[in-house]
Amino acid sequence: MAETANQGAGKEASAFLFEREESLTADTFIRGLWKENPVFVMLLGMCPTLAVTNSTLNALGMGLSTTFVLIFSGALVSSLRNWIPKQVRIASYIVIIATFVTLVDYLIQAISLELYAALGAFIQLIVVNCIILGRAEAYASKQRLLPTIVNSLGTGVGFTLALLSLGTVRELLGSGSILGVQLFSDNFQGWVIMMLPPGGFFVLGTWLLFFNWLRLRKQHPAPSGATVHAR
Amino acid sequence: MHAEPLSLIFLNAALVNNFVLALFLGICPFLGVSAKKETAWNMGLATLFVMLVTSVAAFGINWLLTELDLLFLRLICYIAVIASTVQLVEMFVKKTSPTLFRSLGIFLPLITTNCAILGLALFQTAKEYDFVQSLVYATGAGAGFMLALMLMAGLREKLALARVPSVSQGAALSLMLAGLLSLAFMGFAGLGSGHG
Repeated sequence: MAETANQGAGKEASAFLFEREESLTADTFIRGLWKENPVFVMLLGMCPTLAVTNSTLNALGMGLSTTFVLIFSGALVSSLRNWIPKQVRIASYIVIIATFVTLVDYLIQAISLELYAALGAFIQLIVVNCIILGRAEAYASKQRLLPTIVNSLGTGVGFTLALLSLGTVRELLGSGSILGVQLFSDNFQGWVIMMLPPGGFFVLGTWLLFFNWLRLRKQHPAPSGATVHAR
Repeated sequence: MHAEPLSLIFLNAALVNNFVLALFLGICPFLGVSAKKETAWNMGLATLFVMLVTSVAAFGINWLLTELDLLFLRLICYIAVIASTVQLVEMFVKKTSPTLFRSLGIFLPLITTNCAILGLALFQTAKEYDFVQSLVYATGAGAGFMLALMLMAGLREKLALARVPSVSQGAALSLMLAGLLSLAFMGFAGLGSGHG
C-alpha cells in the first residue's frame, strides 16, 4: 500500500517536472477517490460540501451535477488547450465552466423542481467551486482528452463520495433517516443541530480528525506525544 | 419584500444570515487567511470592496439582461465582472502595498472564486432588491464576512499557543472552531424575523 503510494507520488513529481502528458492508467481514476480526494485531502470546494449536505439526496444531487460540470468542462478545456492563449486562460476556463453550469442549472430545473429548490443558489455557485477550476488549470490544460475525462470522473466521484459521507451522517443524526426512509421508531428525537449550519462544520471536522488519526497511525505505529503545532 | 427596512437588510446580511457561518459562502478564504488578524482584516477589506462593486455591476447587468431578454447569460456576465474587479484590486494592492500583496498570496486572485461574492450577486437578484437595498445588502454581507474572519483569526492566534493533540492539528481543529462560532451565531436567528 505504502509502496504504491510512493510510486504514484514519484510518477506525479516527474510528470510535474517535465509536464509530460500522462498515459491512461487506473491511477488516473483512483487518485481522485483517495490520495487526492478534493474534500478530505485538498480541502477544496468546502462551501457546497458544507451547505448542501443536510440530506443524502441533496448531497447526491450536488455531487452528480458537479461531476457533470467537471467532466464536460475538463473535456472542452483539454481539447482547446493548444488554442487558448496563456494570458487569458483563467478567464476562458471560467467562461467554459459557467456555460456548463448554466446547462446544469436548467437541466435540474427541468428534472426536479424540488431538488432545485433544495439546492438553491448552490447550483449556480458550482461556477466558483475551486475543484473545477483547479482541475482545469492543473490537469486538463496539460493532458490529452481521454486521461482528462477519466481523471475528472475520478475527482467527481471522490467529491460525490465525500458529500455522501457527510450527507448520510447528518441526515441519520439529524432526522433519523437515510434518503428519506425512517430507520428508527417514532420515539427518535432528531439531533437538530446536525441539520443546521454548525452540524456541517462539526461532521466535516470529525471526518478530518478520523483521517488525521488514520494517517498518524500509519506513519507512527507507536503513539507519540502531542506536539505543539497548530496553524 | 420591497418595504424591507434598510437596517433590517443590513442586520440580516451581517448577523442573522451571516455569509460565512450560516450560509457557508466563502469558506476557503475563511479557513485560508484567518491565521493572523492583520491579514484577515485586509482580506476582509478587499472582499468588501469587491462585493460593493459587484453589487452595483450585478444590478446594472440584471436590468440590462432583463430588458434584452437574455437572462440565461446572467451567470456568465456576473462572473466576468467579478473576475475583472478582482484583477483591478489585485493590481491596486500590488502597487500600493507589496507586503500585503505577498501576505495575501494566492488568496487574492482567488477572491474570484469566493462564493460569497457570486452568492451576493445571485441573492440580491433573487430577492429583487432595488439599488439602495442592494448596496446596503452588500455592505452588510461584507461586514459580516469581516466579522467572521476577524473572530476566527483572534481564536486561531490564541490557539497557536495552545497544546493540542497531534490528531487535531490543522484543518480539523479550525472546522471545529468554526462550528462553535456558527453555533454562537445561531443565537441571532429570529432577530427582526417579525418583519419577514
